[in-house]
Amino acid sequence: MDVKGKAHKYGNDVDTDVIIPARYLNIADPAELAQHCMEDIDKDFRAKVSKGDVIVAGDNFGCGSSREHAPLVIKESGVGCVIATTFARIFYRNAINIGMPILECPEASRGIDDGDEVEIDFSTGEIRNVTKGETYTAVPFPDFIKRIIDAGGLLNSITR
Amino acid sequence: MGMTMTQKILAAHAGLDEVRAGQLINAKLDLVLANDITGPVSVRQFDKAGFTEVFDKSRIALVMDHFVPNKDIKSAEQCKECRTFAKRFDLDHFYDVGTMGIEHALLPEKGLVAAGEAVIGADSHTCTYGALGAFSTGVGSTDLCAGIATGQGWFKVPSAIQFYLTGELRPYVSGKDVILHIIGMIGVDGALYKSMEFTGPGVAALSMDDRFTIANMAIEAGGKNGIFPVDDKTIEYMVGRVHRDYKVYEADPDAEYEAVYEIDLSAIEPTVAFPHLPENARPISAVGDIPIDQVVIGSCTNGRISDMQAAAEILEGRRVHPDVRTIIIPATQEVYLECIRRGYVETFINAGCVVSTPTCGPCLGGYMGILAAGERCVSTTNRNFVGRMGHVDSEVYLASPAVAAASAIAGRIAAP
Repeated sequence: MDVKGKAHKYGNDVDTDVIIPARYLNIADPAELAQHCMEDIDKDFRAKVSKGDVIVAGDNFGCGSSREHAPLVIKESGVGCVIATTFARIFYRNAINIGMPILECPEASRGIDDGDEVEIDFSTGEIRNVTKGETYTAVPFPDFIKRIIDAGGLLNSITR
Repeated sequence: MGMTMTQKILAAHAGLDEVRAGQLINAKLDLVLANDITGPVSVRQFDKAGFTEVFDKSRIALVMDHFVPNKDIKSAEQCKECRTFAKRFDLDHFYDVGTMGIEHALLPEKGLVAAGEAVIGADSHTCTYGALGAFSTGVGSTDLCAGIATGQGWFKVPSAIQFYLTGELRPYVSGKDVILHIIGMIGVDGALYKSMEFTGPGVAALSMDDRFTIANMAIEAGGKNGIFPVDDKTIEYMVGRVHRDYKVYEADPDAEYEAVYEIDLSAIEPTVAFPHLPENARPISAVGDIPIDQVVIGSCTNGRISDMQAAAEILEGRRVHPDVRTIIIPATQEVYLECIRRGYVETFINAGCVVSTPTCGPCLGGYMGILAAGERCVSTTNRNFVGRMGHVDSEVYLASPAVAAASAIAGRIAAP
C-alpha cells in the first residue's frame, strides 16, 4: 500500500483560504507555514493529523486562489493523499506539479466517513476503506499527467 | 466541428490547425506573470531546478501588489527576492512601489496584454485579460517557474459554456452585478475546467471596465478562463497602449458549447453575494436588513476608474455612516492620479472615507482593513470565503462599487 491512514472528512468547496489563510502567505518556510494548515476550517487539524492520513472531501476541493502553498501545506502536514469528487483546476495542477497525490473518486468521497481507516494503491487507483470493508476505484490520470508524476513533478519532467 | 474562441487561440499557440476539448497540448506563451506572494516561490524553484536563463526578459512581469508597501518584515523579504531576480535577469516589467498597481488592472493599462495572446499568471484572477479577447488563466508557482524558464505551458483544451448577452444594463447596474448573477445561477463550480465565452448583442453596450470585472471573476465559477469577442471598444482600449501586432480570433459559427445561457442584461438588478461563497447571490431587493461595519471599494475586480466614478457620484456631498469604516483603493497609480484630477479623492475624504495607495491588501485579509470577530464588510472584491478578510467569524458581502458606496452611507446593505 502506498498510503495507509485515517480519513479527515470535509464537505464541498473547501477553498484555499481555509486550507492556508492569506495572512500566513508571507511565511517562506514550508514547515512553519504548515502549522496553519486547514486552520480556518478545522482548528484541531494539525493536532490530530498523522503521517499517511487522507483528506476526503466533496466537490471543487481547493477552489479559489492559485496559491501553491495550499497543496504544499497539506503535503508538509504528512497527508498521503487528498480524495475528492472533483478538484478546482489550479489546485489540481499545483498538486501534480509538486508531487502531492490526489485522486478523483466520487464513490470514495461518499463512502468514507471521518475517522475511517483507508489504504490506497496508486498503481491501480484502488482505495480500500478498511473500517467498512469497501473498495473504490479512482479515475485514472491521463498518460501526459502520469509522466509528470513519474518524473517527480513538472520541473523534473522539463529538466530531465 | 468548429472551435471556440479559446480553442482557436490555444491551437495557434500550440502550432496546430485544430484542437478539441480534452486534448492535452503544449502552448507558447506571450506573457508570464507573478506577484509578491507567488513570485518568491517561483524564483526559489527556478534556482532549485537549476535553470540559469529566462526565456525572454520582455515577456515576464513581476508585480509587487499583494502586501506592498510592505506590511511587515517577512513581506519585505519576499519582495526583495523578486527584486533581486528582476535585476539579475534585467526583466523589462518589474513593478515595485511607485510604479506598481494591482496586477490585473495594471497589465492591460500598460498594454502588456493584447487580443489573441496567451498568458499565464501565478494568480487566480489572471483570467481578467479575457476582456481583451486574450486567453489567460491562473496557475501555481511551479507552472509559472516552468513558464519563466521555457516560455511554454501545458493545457487541457477546455470545453466551453456560452453566455449569450442581450439588452442593456439599467442605471446603477454594472459588470459586477452581471457576474455575481451568473455565478449565483451556475454555482462556484458551474464552469469547472471550462471556458466562459461571453457573446451576443449585449456585449457591445458593456464598457471595457465591465468586461474586465466579468472576466476577472470567471475563476469564481471554477472557469479556466472567461473571454469576450474583440469589438470597437476593445480596439479603442488597445490604441496607445499596445504597440505590437496582435490577432483577433472569433469563435466558429459551429463551435460546440456544453451549455448556452441567454442573459437579458436589462433584467439584472444590483446583486449581492452573501457569505461565504460567491454563488450566494441575491438581488438587492431580497437582501433584507444587514447592518455593516466596513466597506472596501477597490481590487483587481473593481478598482478601475469607472468603479471610482460610480462610488464618487454616490458619495459626492454626502457622509458615510459613522459606524462604517470606508476604505477606497484605486487599483493603479494611473487610476489614483485620475481620481485626484477629477476631484474624487476630495469627494471621498470629505465623505469620511480613507483613500489608499494601490494594494490587494484587505481583499485577501492581508492588511489595510482586517475584520474583527462578528464584523461585516460590503466589499467590491471577488471572494467572501470564511476568514477571507480577517477573523473566521467575520463576514464579507460582495457587491458593486455603487452598492458599496450606497451601503457606506446607509450603514447597512443598500441599493444605490
